[in-house]
Order: sequence, then C-alpha cells, then structure tokens
Amino acid sequence: MPKNLLGIRYLAKSDIESIIDTAFEYKSNPKSYVNSLTNKNIITIFFENSTRTRTSFEMAAKKMGANVINIDYEKSSLKKGETDFDTIKNLSAMHPDAFVVRHYHSGYPYFLSKFTDIPIINAGDGTSEHPSQAILDLMTMSEKKGSLDGLNVCIIGDIINSRVARSHLEVSKKFNWNLSFFGPSTMLPKADWIKGIKIEKSLKSAISKKDFIILLRIQLERNSGQNLPSLSEYSRFFGINENNLPKDAYIMHPGPVNRDVELSSYAMDNFENVLITNQVENGVFARMAVYDFCLNQ
Amino acid sequence: MRVVVRNAYVIDPASNFEGFADISIKDSYIETVGEVGGVSIDGEIDATGLVASPGFVDIHAHLRDPGLTHKETIKTGLEAAVKGGFTSVCCMPNTKPVIDNVQTVEYIKHKAEAYNICDLYPIGSISKNEEGKELSDMLKLAQAGCVAFSDDGVPVMNAELLRKALIYGEDLNVPLTLHEEDKNISADGVVNECELAFRLGLKGIPNVSESCIIARDIEIAKSTKAHLHICHVSTKESIEVLRKAKTDNANVTFEVMPHHFSLTDNEIDNYNTFAKVNPPLRSESDVEAIKTAIASGIVDAIATDHAPHEEDAKRCTMQKAAFGISGFETAFAAANTYLVKQGIISLYEAIRLMSYAPAQTFNLDAGSLEEGKFANLILIDKDKEWVVDRFKFVSKGKNTPYHNKKLTGLIVKTLYKGKEVF
Repeated sequence: MPKNLLGIRYLAKSDIESIIDTAFEYKSNPKSYVNSLTNKNIITIFFENSTRTRTSFEMAAKKMGANVINIDYEKSSLKKGETDFDTIKNLSAMHPDAFVVRHYHSGYPYFLSKFTDIPIINAGDGTSEHPSQAILDLMTMSEKKGSLDGLNVCIIGDIINSRVARSHLEVSKKFNWNLSFFGPSTMLPKADWIKGIKIEKSLKSAISKKDFIILLRIQLERNSGQNLPSLSEYSRFFGINENNLPKDAYIMHPGPVNRDVELSSYAMDNFENVLITNQVENGVFARMAVYDFCLNQ
Repeated sequence: MRVVVRNAYVIDPASNFEGFADISIKDSYIETVGEVGGVSIDGEIDATGLVASPGFVDIHAHLRDPGLTHKETIKTGLEAAVKGGFTSVCCMPNTKPVIDNVQTVEYIKHKAEAYNICDLYPIGSISKNEEGKELSDMLKLAQAGCVAFSDDGVPVMNAELLRKALIYGEDLNVPLTLHEEDKNISADGVVNECELAFRLGLKGIPNVSESCIIARDIEIAKSTKAHLHICHVSTKESIEVLRKAKTDNANVTFEVMPHHFSLTDNEIDNYNTFAKVNPPLRSESDVEAIKTAIASGIVDAIATDHAPHEEDAKRCTMQKAAFGISGFETAFAAANTYLVKQGIISLYEAIRLMSYAPAQTFNLDAGSLEEGKFANLILIDKDKEWVVDRFKFVSKGKNTPYHNKKLTGLIVKTLYKGKEVF
C-alpha cells in the first residue's frame, strides 16, 4: 500500500503530529532534509490555477533534491480526450515516485489512488479537502500556541464551497477544537450536517474569544453571485478591518486574499497578528514533511 | 401446439387470482388458468415450487438505441429485460436522434419486432429534440405508436410549453410522463443534499427541487383534461404533494423505482459513482416515505429507470460520472427483498405494481394472464438468495449499486408469446 495524502480524514492524529514535527525539524535545521529525496521523481498535475500551492510543492521537492516534472494540463493528452483512468495508468507505468494533484472535482485524488500504487498527494480537490493547507495551518498555529488541542477556531466565509474548511473540520474532530463557522447563510452548511460545530450568530460573537480566525477567499469565480449580492455587502457585514479586529486572536487566510473584502488592506499590512506570510513560509516546510511522510518509508 | 405449465402458484392481479393452478398455453396465447386435463399436450413445464405471474411491464427504461449503442442496444436491452422478467418495455426518447420523429419510432419498433422476445413501446418526446422549446409532432408520433410522451432526462422547465402539450395531447388518451426537477435549484448537483455529500464536497440536489415542480405541474394538469404521470418519485415531500392530488381526484399517476425504496444516500460514500442517479438516492426518511406510500396503495407503478452506461461513464469522479443505474436485472429482486420480505406489501401486490398496474397506467394491453391474451408470463423462485455480480449482467450497462449485495428472488423463466425467451 502506497502512503497517500488524500485528505485529513484519512490520517490518524499521530500521522498529522509526526508530519508537523518533521516540518519543524526541517525549518530549524536545513541539513536534515538536504538530498533526502535525491533521484526521486515527482510529477505534479494541476487542473486548476494555482500560484502558491504549486510553487510551494515544487520548491519543497527541489530543496530535498527531487526532480519535479510539471504536466501542463492544457497541453496534455487529457485535452485530447484521454480518460483520467488511462492517464494515471500510463504515467504510473513510467514509475515516478509520487504524484501531486490538484483538480476541480472532489474525490479526484481518491479516484486516482484506486488505480495506482504510486503515492498520491492531494494539492486540493474540488470542495473536498486541501490537506497540505491544513497541515501548514496547524504548523503556524503550533508556533503561536504550542499545543494544538482544544483550540478555539472560527472560520469565516464561503464554508460550503471551501475545501480548506472541510480539512479543518476533520482536524477539529482529531484535536478536539471548539470550531465554529460564520458567513452569509447561503454559504453555510445546514446545522444538522455539522454536529458539534457551532454556527455563529454575529460577526461579534464569531471573532470573540478565539485563538485563531481563518478567513476564506470569497470565490466569485464559483458562481457565488446567487449566494452573495456583492463584495461590498460582504465586506461590510463579514469582513475584518482595523475597527473590528480582535486584539486577542490571530488572523489566518489560505490566500489569495481579496483585499478589502475578507480583510481590509490596512489591517493586512499593519496588524502583527495577521499570519498570512507565516503560513506561506511554513507551507514549504509542511510540504517537505508531506513528501517525507509519503516517500521515505 | 399446446404447452402446460404445471403446479405453479399463480398470481394474476388482472383477474384477481392467486392460487395453485396449471396454465395452458395454446400457440402464443393463454388458453386457461386452472385445471388442465383431458386435452392433448405437446409439452409441459414443471413449475413446482415456483410462482407464475404475468411478465412484468416497465413503463420507464432507456435502451440507448439509436445513437448511443455503446451503452446499450435494443437487442441487449431486451435480453436484459426478459432476464429481469419484463415482457413489455416502454423506452424513453433521449436517444440520438431523440424520438421526436416517425422514422425513429419505426426504427425502434421494427428492430424489436425482429428480435421478437419482448414488447417494446416507444415514448415520444414532448418537445423537439427534448429542448423544451417547441412541441414535437405529438399526433404523428402517437399514430406511429408512441404510448406516452416525455422529455425524460430533462424537465420541461417552461410551464407554458407543458400546459400546451397537455392540452394538445388531451384527446390522444396517452399520459405525459414527466421527469420532475427544477434545474435552477438542482443546477450542477450530483447527489442528494445531505451531510455525507457536504463532507465529501459534493454538490447536493435538494428535495425541494423535485417536489416544487411536481406541485406546479399538478396545478397545470388540473387546468386541463390530460393525464399527467410523474416519473421516479424520490422524496417524502413529493409523496405528500401526490397524496393530496390523489385525494382531490386529479388525473395524476406516479411511479417509484426500486433503488429509491431500497438504497439511501449512504451509498455515495467513497465517491461510489454507481450510486449516482437522477433523482438521487435520498435519505432514510425519504426511503421510508416511499415504502409507506407503496403500502398505502397510492403508488401506480414500480418502474426501473433502466439507464445503462459504458464503464468509462462511471470510472471517473462523481462530478464527471453519468447519472443512472442499469436496472432490469435487479428490479424484481429489489422489490421482493425490500418490500415483500420486509412485510411492506404482499408478493401479489409487488407483482401487481410491476405488471398489471403499470399496464393500466399507460393503457397497454399487457400484464395479464386472462384467456386469449398473449402468453407473456414468468416463473419466479421467490425465496432464492443470490449475490448481484454486475459482470454477469446481460445488459451492456454493468453499472449497479447493488453489486455484491445479497438479494432474494430470481426470475427462473420468461415466456414471450408462449416462447421461452429466458
């Protein structure tokens, strides 16, 4: 059985903790990872646009000495109508050491994993999961709070279309978080789908007494026009800015940020409790640790 | 030529008969059901321990021919049908080309007549090319042999087009059989809207997308004299709307599918594309509501929505996968297992809902063992347990969520016009 990273839901708590431990080791001691993936070949296939995640995975692989082969979906045979099944069979026949996959369909990495013995690393699938994002978030949280158990976390935004929210939902079960969601009602799951998770009634309660507040990108590209009348209405009622910014909570965002929508530009640039660049920095180490988890057995 | 089926336990809802009897078949026709003696016999079929009933009647199937013959052909479709005990099948018009023209009706009829193993009745499309814009040539299509009209696969979203279709077809004495789904609500949903769908990141199809448009269409039908038939009812709210319409004596009938009274939305776990069907597998409470409706006698028919697909249509992500279940070969066993064995209805009632009742609903001369009728009958081993193996399907479509599930009840033999076809 290959070691995949398909989603947080498929991992044991101890797996997550061990990946984070490795990530911290890499961050503090570069010698610990140099050449640890020499002669390994990693194929990345991104069916969705991505700057941060793709670069982060590629950077992580190169730091460890691996070769990275990026498949350009637009120029691939998938565009010629080859089935996903045939593509994975053929690429697997070349014996790479791992696939890093992002796809707009939920469950795509899970689907591929059924037809190959090569590790599949999920770089985000549809609205299902974004496990490496959750791991880098946990790493960032751990740096600030030490323990990851029993944290008070609120996620604000388009929960229903967010793979980040779903990965954290799975995290919350394993680390016994007090997790809550807030956002326009059209963007929230029904209460009986998320037993144990609170739906906040107001922005005030959403941001009070929290260790971390995770803001999600409002994705206008995902036809949210019927869920939300306008970005200005969102920023007025759901956005964080210098006037309502909680002093006792850290603000996180998986990016890319819509400035002055989820978070005001001023707060983003001037408030030290905004951890967005820390997240990006940690992302490289988190993904290195993911490679170690999946490849170095 | 006279063949006698001996010692069967005969269930024939058309003649209100249930009991041990012999069935005498003379040439292609039923001669008598009762004691057969004192006549010359050319052959005997020993049906000891088996139930004999009229061949089943499916008023909702997709045979994919013409145009989509990589999924099914009329030949493989009818072979699968008779294996499932069906001797009369109505095929939906979402073929290529759509059944919106007389040539396609004749193609289908001629092909089925050439195989001569099962009756096949085409259903014409309500709108040209099922586009929901202009009415099909309904009079011509009815004259050519269409027994109903439907845009199945897609709903008739334009209320005025539906109203005109109902009025235009009023005197044809054929039902309009509707796929009910408000596309604005269901949009790009792929499975039932539920907790599991949320967790898997799959867009849901809410119950209300079905019930609201059934309510709309009942109101439209009530303003006409036409017969409205509702396809594959899947939600408890739809059942309530239909129960009320029946109480009000509206000219409305409806069918339910085996998968909607036997399987829940839990089947979608692990992105199981075989469980992707439209309307989707619903919640436990919806399944219970459908069973209760069946028990209370308001359901007019059980149909299959047989929707065969090639492997690649299901060997993909849930979002990409085609909707549909290959249904002929498990329909009776599912009804027997989940309704009869669970004490929801009697075997007599299950057989009625799969034979005489659908025939009556669509005005078909079928589903009866009365003297003089074609000898379309089946022998059933009602207690036979078997495990569904999709690779053993006769249908080209091996797409079934029942794969590896244990069911009870098997069709042992199917006679069509007195001839053994399975």
